Amino acid sequence: MTANLHPGLNLGESHGAAHPASENRVFGFWVFLMSDLITFGILFATYAASGTPMGLAGGPGPAQLFDLTSVALQTAFLLASSLTCGMASLSMKAHAGAGRIALWLLVTALLGGGFLMLELSDFASMLAQGAGPARSGWLSGFFALVGLHGLHITAGLLWIGVLLGLLAVQGLSDRVKTRLLLFALYWHFLDLVWIGIFSIVFLRGLA
Amino acid sequence: MSGLFGHLDWTVTPFAAAIADPGTNTFVAAGAAGLVVLGAVALLGFLTWFRLWGPLWRDWLTSADHKKIGVMYCVIGIVMLARGVAEGAVMRAHQAMALNGGPLSAEHFAELFSTHGTIMILFVAAPLVIGLINIVVPLQIGARDMAFPVMNQVSLGLTAAGAALLMISLVIGRFETGGWSAYPPYTGRVFSPGEGPDYWIWSVVPAGIGSMLSGINFAVTIYKCRAPGMTYMRMPLFTWTALCAAIMLVYAMPPVTVSSLMLALDRYAGFHFFTNDLGGNMMNYANIFWMFGHPEVYILVLPAYGVWSEVSATFSAKTLYGYPSLVIATMAIAVIAFTVWLHHFFTMGQSASVNIAFGIATMIIAVPTGVKVYDWMATLWRGRIRMTVPMVYLTGFFILFVIGGLTGVILANPTIDYQVHNTLFLVAHFHNVLIPGVLFAMLAGIHYWFPKVFGFRLHETWGKRAAWLWIVGFCVTFLPLYALGLMGMPRRSSSFADPAFVPLQLVAGAGAVIILLALAATLVCYGVSIRQRGTLAVPFGDPWDGRTLEWAMPAPAPEWNFAVIPAVAARDAFWAEKTGGDPYVAPERYEDIELPRPTALGLVICVATTAAGFALTWHIWWLALSGLVGIGLAVMVRAFATQTTRVLPAAEVAVHHGRWLEAVHTARGITRDAEDSPANRGLAAPDTEVTP
Ligand code: HEM
Ligand SMILES: [Cu+2]
Repeated sequence: MTANLHPGLNLGESHGAAHPASENRVFGFWVFLMSDLITFGILFATYAASGTPMGLAGGPGPAQLFDLTSVALQTAFLLASSLTCGMASLSMKAHAGAGRIALWLLVTALLGGGFLMLELSDFASMLAQGAGPARSGWLSGFFALVGLHGLHITAGLLWIGVLLGLLAVQGLSDRVKTRLLLFALYWHFLDLVWIGIFSIVFLRGLA
Repeated sequence: MSGLFGHLDWTVTPFAAAIADPGTNTFVAAGAAGLVVLGAVALLGFLTWFRLWGPLWRDWLTSADHKKIGVMYCVIGIVMLARGVAEGAVMRAHQAMALNGGPLSAEHFAELFSTHGTIMILFVAAPLVIGLINIVVPLQIGARDMAFPVMNQVSLGLTAAGAALLMISLVIGRFETGGWSAYPPYTGRVFSPGEGPDYWIWSVVPAGIGSMLSGINFAVTIYKCRAPGMTYMRMPLFTWTALCAAIMLVYAMPPVTVSSLMLALDRYAGFHFFTNDLGGNMMNYANIFWMFGHPEVYILVLPAYGVWSEVSATFSAKTLYGYPSLVIATMAIAVIAFTVWLHHFFTMGQSASVNIAFGIATMIIAVPTGVKVYDWMATLWRGRIRMTVPMVYLTGFFILFVIGGLTGVILANPTIDYQVHNTLFLVAHFHNVLIPGVLFAMLAGIHYWFPKVFGFRLHETWGKRAAWLWIVGFCVTFLPLYALGLMGMPRRSSSFADPAFVPLQLVAGAGAVIILLALAATLVCYGVSIRQRGTLAVPFGDPWDGRTLEWAMPAPAPEWNFAVIPAVAARDAFWAEKTGGDPYVAPERYEDIELPRPTALGLVICVATTAAGFALTWHIWWLALSGLVGIGLAVMVRAFATQTTRVLPAAEVAVHHGRWLEAVHTARGITRDAEDSPANRGLAAPDTEVTP
């Protein structure tokens, strides 16, 4: 038994060189996520501080704008995609082969894409009601925070595309394995941020 | 509105303005723009004439070697320093004549202090610090490179893009006029509809992201890539300060990236983060900006403290006094630095009890710094002191930095700050810590480690001339500003009405001339040293009788740094080997070495980022989109690269190392008396050293 080389899922000795090779990269990626958390933290704080009568500037507020059914559906999609992303990691750990991993990644991408579609249609209906980011300080904070998360999801989808390409071209090489570890961390991280958004933006907003 | 060229047309250059409205003001602007254009043309001509494009491409622009990247950071820092100092001198000249007017327009003066401040913090001090860390840290901890050599290149590319945009702003259009902190609502689109704040935003954002990536790289390198035996409490102090600065970069850079992008959303998309109307809150900008701004000054000064630690120990031939206390003080500063940011806006209207909490935190941070100053003085005590160039800077630092620190403690008292904030007293204070603290340390550090990178020492006499000019020039320029501030002269004033300010303004103006001479002497020192590189060469690699690992290899250091990764058994690892054994023995066996392959990724990202930033500034949407897509594509294509490293055969390393060892064994070392003579070839003989 080798000790874990980094936080999170480790590939273990049976993966040969892929195991030690991932030590620095995974650790470095954790450090990046901590930095990204600061970015989200600032937007969370800005959003929370703008939920005042002054911040709303006489414009529409949470009660008029949020559609909890859609948000619940988005949450379900994203949580499910975290599960399927976890399945991709476990398939790799269990040597299930590139095909299985690619399949789980594809499902993850579909769920993530579904999340994004719903989010965008919510945005569109807000815009249609004249509740765009330029309407009030509070809406600026909302669109920046939720939009940044959406941008991260979009980047994640592109990343899945790259991973599928790599799996197709290079198979399950050591480098690709490490990249899969990083992607999984990223995706779960976005899930966590979403839980923050769900509770602070939507639940608190409608409470 | 925005066709193929966005808001660009032929009237945006300062040349057009100088023709339309000739006068001192427009001629100064056109002259500066002319210098940039001439400089660029001269550089292109020079590279072509001497057929240097090939070597530049092969050995530098595509290199992932941490030493080369570090040198390129330092070159950016020195070039931008020249511009920043020139701007400072122009401002001083203007203010010396600014009783009821002055030669430059108010807007031009505002552009000058805004570019000057932005340049000095983000494109002089930061690149010099990051460059020095890049060069030194892997050598000090026994590593072959940074943990992520290619990401290192990308960081450099992003910083260079920001610097490039700042240079472009001198020729095309105008820079922002709201100071280096760019406070809205003034920089919002209602009050500053032009391109100025956009130039600021798109130089700051890439530099911020680049620095954050550097922080990750440094932190992972120091945590994960140390040689066996290099425990935390054996790390050289410069590495310790680099570690703390790296952690701070990771946490302090996102705020400035975010606040700048929020400002961009306000300006481009009509958001209301910091506007006067519809629920904007401009105080939130100051809040977020200084969450970056204050830690940033400690990011700059901690590695400077690291330089002083190395310099004081080496040039007094003693172990650093109070190593554990220096480590603890460094970490304490890194933590407390995140708890004081509010002292930049004591007057913004929060309650007195909030102010005093941050005031006390600010005073507390002075304590660990005081500890350090005493540690360095104790290190020098009864040492074998040589007054080399770095030691001259250290002497200046000791006296001047303590003055700057004490005026900082004065400003930390909110009651006093209400009186002197926004005056020249504050300008005197921060130049007083930044110049003797950071800039002197960087110049000293360059002098100290230059031989390790290039294989020859810098000219001592010219170096000393420069050092003394910097010290005297600083005093004459900036100490009078304390008095002017107490007399009530506001900062950022393009003119004033009180004749009482004139005499001290003239003194400060004269000081600026001395500083210009100091800059010139610094550049002459580099030029003279390059010419005399033969007599100044130190191929054996240890010109200062060094104590830490970087001195245990040839100079210039080979691309792979260490022929074999050293096993570390003591704190001053190389010193321990020199006193307790023989540091120059061939290892039993050599191994193949894996090195990063050259890549153009950093350069591609640099060009694409510059293009995108320029295009966003001028609303050239097709180019902006191409730039951003280019960045994304470059990263994605890179993911498919498989041949990212190359292998250097053990036999080759053995030949290189063996030749050097042989030369060392036939050479004769010098004592410290001959340190500044051509006899110093970088091999140290035992000296009359006293303390362990
Ligand atoms: C070396 C010679 C230098 C000269 C002659 C000089 C001169 C000046 C002058 C005249 C101002 C405007 C003061 C005012 O607002 O009234 C200024 C502002 C400033 N300087 Fe320097 N300076 C020098 C070096 C530096 C260095 C090394 C740094 C930082 C590392 C620096 C950072 C700043 C900053 C941040 C500002 C504030 C800009 C703003 O108001 O937004 N300066 N300097
Ligand atoms: Cu501060």
